[in-house]
Amino acid sequence: MKYVDEYRDADGARRLAAAIAAVTTRPWTIMEVCGGQTHAIVRFGLDQLLPDGLALVHGPGCPVCVTPVELIEKALEIAARPEVIFCSFGDMLRVPGAREDLFAVKARGGDVRIVYSPLDALALARQHPDRQVVFFAVGFETTAPANAMAVHQARLQEIGNFSLLVSHVLVPPAIEAILSAPGNRVQGFLAAGHVCMVMGYTEYEPLARAYGVPIVVTGFEPLDILQGILMCVQQLEAGRAEVENQYRRAVTREGNRAALDLIRRVFRVVPRKWRGVGEIPASGLGLTPEYAGFDAETRFGVAHRLVAEDPECLSGLVLQGRRQPTDCPAFGTRCTPARPLGATMVSSEGACAAYYHYRRRGAAAREG
Amino acid sequence: PGKLLEITDADPVTRTGRVSFGGVVKEVNLACVPEARVGDYVTVHVGFALAVVDEADAALVFEYLREADALAAADRGDGGVAG
Repeated sequence: MKYVDEYRDADGARRLAAAIAAVTTRPWTIMEVCGGQTHAIVRFGLDQLLPDGLALVHGPGCPVCVTPVELIEKALEIAARPEVIFCSFGDMLRVPGAREDLFAVKARGGDVRIVYSPLDALALARQHPDRQVVFFAVGFETTAPANAMAVHQARLQEIGNFSLLVSHVLVPPAIEAILSAPGNRVQGFLAAGHVCMVMGYTEYEPLARAYGVPIVVTGFEPLDILQGILMCVQQLEAGRAEVENQYRRAVTREGNRAALDLIRRVFRVVPRKWRGVGEIPASGLGLTPEYAGFDAETRFGVAHRLVAEDPECLSGLVLQGRRQPTDCPAFGTRCTPARPLGATMVSSEGACAAYYHYRRRGAAAREG
Repeated sequence: PGKLLEITDADPVTRTGRVSFGGVVKEVNLACVPEARVGDYVTVHVGFALAVVDEADAALVFEYLREADALAAADRGDGGVAG
């Protein structure tokens, strides 16, 4: 496929790995933010091409993983209502709440449907005027334009039986939380290319300056990731701390103007709680007053409640790059994608799921 | 990324097109890429095109690989291509 295969070329990967080895003279720790990048790294074994001492740690870039468990509980309550058609991306269905997941609600007769796009949910609202259609709007900045457009169209077309359960999170505050945590060892970042495709990368420049860390906006194919690592290491070796763009074929510094206008009209920045991490100020999106009527939490009046997490689950530490999935005693035994203890084992962008699908045999061989 | 085959709805808000991903064709909202033309490649997320792939920048991968070779050669102490 064009614009995919060129970036998966094995020979190209070896050439970039040789260049990384050539320029690396000291140990460095780099974090890749996006779960999609984590999956590519684990799937293609890119970390195993790197010289000893160059460590990649996985970041919190998995929006499904960081959706607060209290919001999962609210989703379960809304989805169980007979008048509701609850729409979601597929991997949310197995994310565990306190006791169960959306799949369990569906199994008991709840109308829970997997959709590809928020516009599919909006179409259902048009087709079923007697039902309340709710879309679980989970994501980083990448899916915000789509969710904004769905609500914007709902308002223009006066589709009153549609609402969003919003769980949007923002990347720059997450990076700042990691950098400002005591004992942080991350020295450079690969920023999420698709987030920056929407938002641009001006927000990262003050972070690079304030914390003295290089930040390289990076794509998702193997050659993109290796190139991003090379650019990051070159900066670290030279003592530079700038924002650079590896993913130039899709990302500009200013971002997508049409998408930004749409997002700013429909959403505003709010504090958000990140599952396993805690509340990070100004780290999420909520609906603006103009669109607040489409907020599902308000419309359904779902109660606030405190929920305890499974004490064995290390997801929070994995999301902050402080533990690898294979450090967890429950990995692959008490915790699997079919019966996960936490979201990182079930999401398509979760680090634990990536290791489970691509590294399990290696882990078993090391243990056995 | 997929190739924009056809624009099926030209209204600025609901602007929609058919995009081919290696033969699999999907309906994609084009409101965020008003500059996209038939034949362009677009990056799509959850049914929305968010960027037109810049062909010149896409070809940078080959330049990156040449630079990588030069870095590796310099480290080995090689002068150039001939072994």
